[in-house]
Amino acid sequence: MTHQHPALTAEQKKELSDIALRIVAPGKGILAADESVGHMAKRLNQIGVENTEENRRLYRQVLFSADSRVKKCIGGVIFFHETMYQKADDGTPFVQMIKDKGIVVGIKVDKGVVPLAGTDGETTTQGLDGLSERCAQYKKDGADFAKWRCVLKISDNTPSALAIMENANVLARYASICQQNGIVPIVEPEILPDGDHDLKRCQYVTEKVLAAVYKALSDHHVYLEGTLLKPNMVTPGHSCPTKYSPEEIAMATVTALRRTVPPAVPGVTFLSGGQSEEEASINLNAINTCPLVRPWALTFSYGRALQASALSAWRGQRDNAAAATEEFVKRAEVNGLAALGKYEGSGDDSGAAGQSLYVANHAY
Amino acid sequence: MTHQFPALSPEQKKALSDIAQRIVAAGKGILAADESVGTMGNRLQRINVENTEENRRAFREILFSSDASINQSIGGVILFHETLYQKDSSGKPFPAIIKEKGIVVGIKLDKGAAPLPGTNGETTIEGLDGLAERCAQYKKDGVDFGKWRAVLKITSTTPSQLAIQENANTLARYASICQQHGLVPIVEPEVLPDGDHDLQRCQYVTEKVLAAVYKALNDHHVYLEGTLLKPNMVTAGHSCPKKYTPQDVAIATVTTLLRTVPAAVPGICFLSGGQSEEEASLNLNAMNQSPLPKPWKLTFSYGRALQASALAAWLGKSENKKAAQEAFCKRAQINSLACRGQYVVSGKTDTAATQSLFTVSYTY
Repeated sequence: MTHQHPALTAEQKKELSDIALRIVAPGKGILAADESVGHMAKRLNQIGVENTEENRRLYRQVLFSADSRVKKCIGGVIFFHETMYQKADDGTPFVQMIKDKGIVVGIKVDKGVVPLAGTDGETTTQGLDGLSERCAQYKKDGADFAKWRCVLKISDNTPSALAIMENANVLARYASICQQNGIVPIVEPEILPDGDHDLKRCQYVTEKVLAAVYKALSDHHVYLEGTLLKPNMVTPGHSCPTKYSPEEIAMATVTALRRTVPPAVPGVTFLSGGQSEEEASINLNAINTCPLVRPWALTFSYGRALQASALSAWRGQRDNAAAATEEFVKRAEVNGLAALGKYEGSGDDSGAAGQSLYVANHAY
Repeated sequence: MTHQFPALSPEQKKALSDIAQRIVAAGKGILAADESVGTMGNRLQRINVENTEENRRAFREILFSSDASINQSIGGVILFHETLYQKDSSGKPFPAIIKEKGIVVGIKLDKGAAPLPGTNGETTIEGLDGLAERCAQYKKDGVDFGKWRAVLKITSTTPSQLAIQENANTLARYASICQQHGLVPIVEPEVLPDGDHDLQRCQYVTEKVLAAVYKALNDHHVYLEGTLLKPNMVTAGHSCPKKYTPQDVAIATVTTLLRTVPAAVPGICFLSGGQSEEEASLNLNAMNQSPLPKPWKLTFSYGRALQASALAAWLGKSENKKAAQEAFCKRAQINSLACRGQYVVSGKTDTAATQSLFTVSYTY
């Protein structure tokens, strides 16, 4: 471990760093539109729409037809493979529509979870085979960043040391391969919100997971300035009886990141993980007004939390397309403000009520 | 790895965090006056003074009895065990004199290097046995922080994986024990400047070492907000033919730290490692002027680089006391300016300040 065998040239590093900075430029975040076919089935089912390739194309068209207002709040869009090669009604490839708005194109490259034998239902994520060739092709086809999602869960005896180490390692291998092909890797170690654990437990587990992720990235010689992190916010489990304010969530989240994410990482783009659209925006805003020093951009990479209203406005009807697009643009703008700590909430209860539950940082 | 068993209460955390913040308050750094008996022998020999307990006491008295305004530049002093129990000529204990000036008292806690068999002359550090009891006693005796120096060296085969991992682990054990007893641990993983390697090589090795240190600290549940880091600056080896500017050193050093040191760490206090007094100040100044982000304080923990001129002015003679104090205060003020990136070189150079203080394979 004494001699460096540089993984990247200075030019390659600069290219990766520039891409990353463009995605998380101030006030911008990511639209995660990379739902797999099966995942889209669930979404379309909820609004009574059949899961056909055409419907999936029409739905993504609703999102991608957003006007120039999205230029200042969307820095990147994550695609699913199928969508990369689809076109709008007028024949314009979706990739080009996005790039024409000055938005960076990304691609989901993992191939889903597989079980880790001998654990309590834990998983790792597959997709490394031939990843280099796939990345090279996606780069030619217009992608400049990628995403890979690992999943961990909190229960009485999970996440185990094996699950943490294996997922960290596979994320680091993926990141290393991406960078070799000029693609900025978004590293996503999601800790699921399932369970009745409290905020402190989630914070503790998140710190352990992120420490392992960054050690693995260092071991694999990954260039941190050319990566992004997509973590869960630190929240209580879904069935936790205790309620917490956005300020408490913000404090726990930022504290966990300050203890584990090197300042060289240009941006942290949170997943919304089942939070409602408004919740995800309010929490992101609280994160950006948290009084601790935050050396990275703190922004969004939202799927559901950007699309829920648009989906229900659309309902599969062409006539509803414009209204649906408008819903999306509204959420995008709200989250753009939240990424700057300037979102004042949709109504009543932010601000004062939240302040009273603020706890000094040393208690975290 | 799923349940937290809190190592520290919120009150303990606050106490540690407060101490750390006081030591690295704006414009302040550390006087490392913890030279062991043997090392003091080397220093005194250079000015032809006999290495007696009285002479060691006399020199430390000169430093500690400087005018109280020294507390604008010095936030902490590290003592050697013997010195903690010595007194000034009026019978006042040194810790009391130091604390009276509002400066925090620290103690060297390690017991020196021990070889790692099977390696190319590499070492680990002893001192963990009974460390808890020693910390408790020192805390009673007025100490609020500890220091432990691990040593790594760069050659074509070192530092090895074992040396990195073993030294990171002992540093983490030491840190954990300190915190249990209300002492802020200064974590010092020194990569020696011996050798002809270039700046890039030092940067690479330092990044690997620091990544391992912070993973170990996380594994050992160390509260980062209540620690300080004392690393080497990233420099070329002493016999490297290529010369680098303070700006080169600054960029390489800060980049390394951005990639490895979590923002939760309140301060980074560089060791001077054989640099001359002036070099050590110029490099620190360049770092604080550099446009790179710096979420932690960047300050000094200098031994030789704060004392060389004072020693040369003293020459063992009590009539030189005032001159020696002035020399020390001058260096302290200069380094205080360097902490703020405000040191402007006046143009004249004095011999002692620019004399290299490099000693081969420096050990205390």
